[in-house]
Amino acid sequence: MKLLEMNHVRKEFDGVEVLKDISLAVEEGEVVSIIGPSGSGKSTLLRCATLLEQMDSGDLIYMGEYAARTDGGKCVYASKAELKKLHRCFGLVFQNFNLFPHYSVLKNITDSLIAVDKLPKKEAEERAGRLLEQLGLSDKRDAYPYQLSGGQQQRVSIARALAKQPKLLFFDEPTSALDPELTVEVLKVIKALAKEHMTMVIVTHEMQFAREVSDRIIFMEGGVIKAQGTPEELFTTENERVREFIGHLSGK
Amino acid sequence: MSIQVMLLQLGRGMIVSIEIFMLTLLFSLPFGLIVSFGRMSRNGLIRGISKVYISIMRGTPLMLQLLVVYFGPYYVFHIRISNSYRFIAVIIAFAINYAAYFAEIYRAGIESMPAGQYEAARVLGYGKAQTFFKIILPQVVKRILPPVTNEIITLVKDTSQAEMFTIAKQVAAAQTTILPLMVAGVFYYILNLIVAALMERMEKALSYYR
Ligand SMILES: Nc1ncnc2c1ncn2[C@@H]1O[C@H](COP(=O)(O)OP(=O)(O)OP(=O)(O)O)[C@@H](O)[C@H]1O
Ligand SMILES: [Mg+2]
Repeated sequence: MKLLEMNHVRKEFDGVEVLKDISLAVEEGEVVSIIGPSGSGKSTLLRCATLLEQMDSGDLIYMGEYAARTDGGKCVYASKAELKKLHRCFGLVFQNFNLFPHYSVLKNITDSLIAVDKLPKKEAEERAGRLLEQLGLSDKRDAYPYQLSGGQQQRVSIARALAKQPKLLFFDEPTSALDPELTVEVLKVIKALAKEHMTMVIVTHEMQFAREVSDRIIFMEGGVIKAQGTPEELFTTENERVREFIGHLSGK
Repeated sequence: MSIQVMLLQLGRGMIVSIEIFMLTLLFSLPFGLIVSFGRMSRNGLIRGISKVYISIMRGTPLMLQLLVVYFGPYYVFHIRISNSYRFIAVIIAFAINYAAYFAEIYRAGIESMPAGQYEAARVLGYGKAQTFFKIILPQVVKRILPPVTNEIITLVKDTSQAEMFTIAKQVAAAQTTILPLMVAGVFYYILNLIVAALMERMEKALSYYR
């Protein structure tokens, strides 16, 4: 089943087209990595998919239900109530975590479960407890974000997203703010999720990781998808530009 | 006039000062938040009105505003000004004046919040009001505590203009001694020490996170 479909997505900022007719679909259980040079529109694409940014035109479909559709050139978003429902389908992990600094680790995870999803506090805390244990953070549940390393903060933010039990999880450069050592611990978590067939769309500059974890890699440049395929296909492609990019980032 | 009578008069002035101080805070702190919303409104008219309001409140002397509020009803509506209105006029003038200062402090605090906090809240499904009151406002309060403390200390001193020194001046003139003015000065200094101590405790209480 297709969890996410984006058709002919266009987006411009101040007259500059950043996404130019992008189409992609993500199957349930699939892990898709998006790579590409800086400014190619990767974040913008994720932001359109997660409703942080409005598309200028195109369709956005979660599990067959339209979040936005374009008819006769006009892009119309679904009603507030419908969008609220579709919001539950996905989670987003940010490059700089965006944890709530005034909440403890536990509360960062449970607060939206209680305040938004109306889960009983006890149930929310049990769910958070299980996730923290799974991510090796049980001893940090009462800590505040500033007391954690970047890697720990990112793992908390992954736990916060997972606690919502999304069908699909987006990552926007989840390790770009981390040193190599901390990067490893976060990538390990994402790899474990991939093993459990969590559906994920990951923007990353970590080529080796993308190669290991992805079912499919998308190469974006200048607001269009220039190439895509399985890791093997992309890493052995004849496409000069893709080879150059991958080679450059792999340090070869 | 005996020293007891003098102290009694000053004491009454002190109590009124503290009343003005408390009531002004009670009204201006929340009203300032509303004004700051107006100042940040997407509606150009509301934004414009708020801007003019803030500009007049900050750009003209508080004592002039006090006189306008006090005598305004008489000159505009020919309403006789009752004795009890004097106190109410002081509270109104102080509250609307301080609300303007607080509004700008709130605005600076709210605008300093990183967009990522709003975006994280949005992706987690928080509504607009929830995002503001649960995620944004508590962090803003921590950020603006130092400038708010400054403003409150200024308020303590401003209440003196409305109340204490009027009395102290009268008493001093009648007695040809500066003792009442000294007493009043000490009173305000102590009051400010208390305010500063309270605010410091609040800052400490909010220092559990960064
Ligand atoms: N809010 C915005 N307003 C104006 N321009 C924007 C905005 N957001 C992004 N852009 C522009 O859109 C283009 C694509 O940006 P985007 O952040 O999507 O790139 P990216 O592929 O994620 O790059 P990076 O790898 O550096 O994160 C850039 O040229 C950027 O300057
Ligand atoms: Mg980006």
